[in-house]
Amino acid sequence: MPEIHNYTLNFGPQHPAAHGVLRLVLEMDGEVIERADPHIGLLHRATEKLAESKPYNQTIPYMDRLDYVSMMCNEHGYVRAIEKLLGIEVPVRAQYIRTLFDEITRILNHLMWLGTHALDVGAMTMFLYAFREREDLFDVYEAVSGARMHAAYYRPGGVYRDLPEQMPQYQASQWVTGRDVEVRNEARQGSLLDFIEDFSNRFPGLIDEYETLLTDNRIWKQRTVGIGVVSPERALQLGFTGPMLRGSGIAWDLRKKQSYAAYDQVEFDIPVGKNGDCYDRYLVRVEEMRQSNRIIKQCIDWLRANPGPVMLDDNKIVAPTRNEMKEDMEGLIHHFKLFTEGYCPPVGEAYAAVEAPKGEFGCYIISDGANKPYRLKIRAPGFPHLAAMDEMVKGHMLADVVAVIGTMDVVFGEIDR
Amino acid sequence: MSSCAHNGMEDRLDRLAEDLAQAFDESGCSVERSCGEVTLVVPVAKMSDIALRLRDDEQFAFEELIDVCGVDYSAYGQSEWQTDAAPNSGFGRGVTSLGELELMESNRFAAVYHLLSITHNTRVRLRVFVDTEQPIVASMVPVWPSADWFEREAFDLYGILFDGHPDLRRILTDYGFIGHPFRKDFPLIGQVEMRYDPNLKRVIYEPVSIDPRTLVPRVTRDDNRYLNEDGAMQEAGDA
Repeated sequence: MPEIHNYTLNFGPQHPAAHGVLRLVLEMDGEVIERADPHIGLLHRATEKLAESKPYNQTIPYMDRLDYVSMMCNEHGYVRAIEKLLGIEVPVRAQYIRTLFDEITRILNHLMWLGTHALDVGAMTMFLYAFREREDLFDVYEAVSGARMHAAYYRPGGVYRDLPEQMPQYQASQWVTGRDVEVRNEARQGSLLDFIEDFSNRFPGLIDEYETLLTDNRIWKQRTVGIGVVSPERALQLGFTGPMLRGSGIAWDLRKKQSYAAYDQVEFDIPVGKNGDCYDRYLVRVEEMRQSNRIIKQCIDWLRANPGPVMLDDNKIVAPTRNEMKEDMEGLIHHFKLFTEGYCPPVGEAYAAVEAPKGEFGCYIISDGANKPYRLKIRAPGFPHLAAMDEMVKGHMLADVVAVIGTMDVVFGEIDR
Repeated sequence: MSSCAHNGMEDRLDRLAEDLAQAFDESGCSVERSCGEVTLVVPVAKMSDIALRLRDDEQFAFEELIDVCGVDYSAYGQSEWQTDAAPNSGFGRGVTSLGELELMESNRFAAVYHLLSITHNTRVRLRVFVDTEQPIVASMVPVWPSADWFEREAFDLYGILFDGHPDLRRILTDYGFIGHPFRKDFPLIGQVEMRYDPNLKRVIYEPVSIDPRTLVPRVTRDDNRYLNEDGAMQEAGDA
């Protein structure tokens, strides 16, 4: 019988461990990977081309749909690029709200990553725990923007509206009645900030729960320690950013190094890994959740003490309030002009980056003075990470591919754009 | 301009712009400084040498290539709304042409690189105009391996060829796709649409059945907020 050495295995594009629509063509020698060739683009929607045919503000909702687990961070990158082009300064309160929501988004993203990564590797419970907390944070999104995921809350010049004074409550229904409703509404008696504060008080204990399940778990360690090792030099060469870079031991975080929003006003630490393997990246992300929680607490305190405008006062860029629009003729005209034609930034180009949960999310806008961007390039953090797939899995077993996909935290909305 | 100024960033970038001008002026590069950013316009023939020096020279130390993207400048400064041509039926307002960037017909495309120096905490942007007929530029994969997929993307979407790239395949578009979809002459609605044909029992491609339309016309305006005292337009970010 002739011995067969190499064969090709097709993984995905519809596979639960592929985190979306990743098609991987694996060249295998037995169970060992010789070459991995990711085929991407199955979710390519040409966001950048669509942006070229729309006024600037109409592209904000597209940003939510890029990395659909860290929605507001994407919006932040985009509106920051526009603000840079326009040369406008955002009110301080809006800066703090953005900081608060960037960190809520980071927790949302890391919970999603932790749940699915653990699920792929075989720990079912983690997934249920992580999604329990995500539910609360989605309620926060909903309270502030009306949408649980695709918020379109950040606007050039600030945020759409101030934080609501009253957290929406559950109402009795066919399925939830009496005492159950009261339990659900316990934390929702006050304002949105009270609700977030309640969450931030509970959350460190919940992270401890996750860590009890995973950090010293023998199986978890067997599956992640020494898998997908990337040296710090190589991580830079491969264009890694975010936790992928910090996991390899480079203390690089845009929130600290090229500070934006209110990050220079809050205290937090940058966790750094040592070995650059999947386990270190896990530890880094878990610690990042704790640090995010710390930032959230500081933002809540500041926001409580400092009321003020959350939107720039510049009629050329900022839409009128609903009341003005409904009751005032000038307001109506103003609204009409902004929502049909939009505004024209001056000629030039700008690149603005934010530390999204997955790494550096950047937007590069070229303006030729029109009401639409001439070219928008979205720099998605997951793109170079996935490009390093081949290097990271070479020589590993087939089961480790799943662990490496998990540790990269890939989301195809942003990679395919 | 405080939105761009953090931790003495502006000073660092001023110094970087000076250093770049000093080092690369004789290679035919020009340095632009606007909006809290530094741009180096590089002649296409010199790209490899300059990239190597930017990476290895201590005073620059750009270890990380953050992004590569293609740009098609062929419709730059044009508006969709040519009201001058239809003064009786259209809205005769607000269209002026802006010729800020000196564009040559022969250099329709550009490749734009964003570099990051972890050592000095600075960023720089490189812009290389490439020939319209033969859009070829040296691949940066030997200098920064992260260029691999970014260059494949620029090739796929704009048709820019990267000389020396190890594996220049399409990346985002469909298998067997024809054309470069992000070029300005490629329609937004695409060329073909796909459906399942129950008679042939397979998926077929056919020309698109919908008409392209413009929901919001493209308007370029001289916004008087961006005019200097002498009436000239400001650069972006100088508000």
